[in-house]
Amino acid sequence: MHEAAPIPAWVALAYLAAGILFILALRGLSSPETSRAGNRFGMIGMTIAIVTTLVTHEIAGLWEILGAIAIGGSAGFVIARRIAMTAMPQLVAGFHSLVGMAAVLVAAAAYLNPGAFGITDAAGILLPVSRVEMGLGVAIGAITFSGSIIAFLKLNGNMSGAPIILPARHVINLGLLVAILGLIGWFYTVGAPRIDTPWLFWTVTGLALLIGLLLIIPIGGADMPVVISMLNSYSGWAAAAMGFTLGNTAMIITGALVGSSGAILSYIMCRAMNRSFISVIAGGFGAASGGETGEAIDRPWKRGSAEDAAFLMKQAETVIIVPGYGMAVSQAQHALREMGDMLKAEGVSVKYAIHPVAGRMPGHMNVLLAEANVPYDEVFELEDINSEFGQTDIAFVIGANDVTNPAAKTDKTSPIYGMPILDVEKAKTVLFVKRSMGGVGYAGVDNEVFYRDNTMMLLSDAKKMCEEIVKNLD
Amino acid sequence: MDLISILSIFVLACFIGYYVVWSVTPALHTPLMSVTNAISSVIIVGALIAAMAGGIADGEAAKWLGLAAIVLASVNIFGGFAVTHRMLAMYKKKERK
Repeated sequence: MHEAAPIPAWVALAYLAAGILFILALRGLSSPETSRAGNRFGMIGMTIAIVTTLVTHEIAGLWEILGAIAIGGSAGFVIARRIAMTAMPQLVAGFHSLVGMAAVLVAAAAYLNPGAFGITDAAGILLPVSRVEMGLGVAIGAITFSGSIIAFLKLNGNMSGAPIILPARHVINLGLLVAILGLIGWFYTVGAPRIDTPWLFWTVTGLALLIGLLLIIPIGGADMPVVISMLNSYSGWAAAAMGFTLGNTAMIITGALVGSSGAILSYIMCRAMNRSFISVIAGGFGAASGGETGEAIDRPWKRGSAEDAAFLMKQAETVIIVPGYGMAVSQAQHALREMGDMLKAEGVSVKYAIHPVAGRMPGHMNVLLAEANVPYDEVFELEDINSEFGQTDIAFVIGANDVTNPAAKTDKTSPIYGMPILDVEKAKTVLFVKRSMGGVGYAGVDNEVFYRDNTMMLLSDAKKMCEEIVKNLD
Repeated sequence: MDLISILSIFVLACFIGYYVVWSVTPALHTPLMSVTNAISSVIIVGALIAAMAGGIADGEAAKWLGLAAIVLASVNIFGGFAVTHRMLAMYKKKERK
């Protein structure tokens, strides 16, 4: 029904093969050993999809197409080679915006030249079903694009990470959403949309761009792992919607995979913060709320030096290192690994504990530690290591805060109540690296751990502190 | 292909996605995002079709939109796979001595 001429069987099978290779690409990520092969499957799948498309259509302007691939491809390649691992979240957000924009452009091209996509009836009028698919595709693509641009600007520091709260924003957003769906419905019913109502398609695009922007600006820095996963999901749904328009299995399978992947990651991130998806989307978390922290700073706490820390850790049998976003900001991963190596040389058992929302995107800490040559079998997830803190001599917290806050377990009034945390306070000694006592975590709450008898605060930049400890271990 | 067949493929692929993604180890969630990014650029298929067609008056505009989409999708495809490869190459096991 979608295609003017039937597709040859081998073409349909080739797209199916591409889809299956993409499934294998994700399947490979179940362990680091198989992941590299998985990535190669992904590349093969993409090559099959592109070559199949090229050989089954009459090629007008092959050189222009190859030129476009070369320009984009070399730009992508250079970016991928040069990007710092700490900048991964903004890179991924930037890439999402490109997928979104590409979806918008493809939908617009299909709208302008539906004949080329085989989605017209005998009279050359765009098929009603295709209009709905196209409308959804362009809307999701546009939301992905503008939302990802805002996420990129926030993650890259071009825009403050603080939430921007508009009055009545829920009403505005809901109104826009209803308007978009209504217009797509209307688009479905008009006789010949390009002639009768040429503004409809572009209005849907414009409103979707606006809603993407409005959705992301009220969301604060701490919720970025959810936002970035959510946009990942949207980019998948956009591809799937275009896959419906083209009746292309490779696009549909991919869209479904990417869409569910992003959705599951969003769910994991929300669960790790004990927040509902709705409350994250509603935004505003992490807005100024540091009222009670002023008095708390007067409580007594112990300050330690790099020398103390080096001495204590040398004596210890077991050390668990808890890295957080602060470690990424000060690029401390290499100095930290050096410290870990020296401790291991002294016969200390060193492990790393990672909270799911440490960093600005899922798995970000793992990548940074891997970059610093920390073997991945020394790095543990929260559920796997949390019971070990009780038998651990030293918990070394570096650049993390909220994810270690015991208030999440005890204080029902705390904004982070119910969030699963790393039980660092159960270790014999906690060494807490932090820039200053004044700052609070993103949730704007004070951390009980700072004032405990078994805690020593190491106030310094994370990287400098690691380097000094390394010097003292010598 | 008719809508029901396409919808069936889509729904089944969502289920496959659900099970496959849950089996991804949390340590590889960042590469998961970058590789999904790369493969979602399979949307380039649509861009190629637009860029190869011509014919009607609006076809010329559609062709340029298609070419622009090819550039964007290519950034993603090459960049996404390359950065995923770079990350995955860093994951090493402890050296057994």
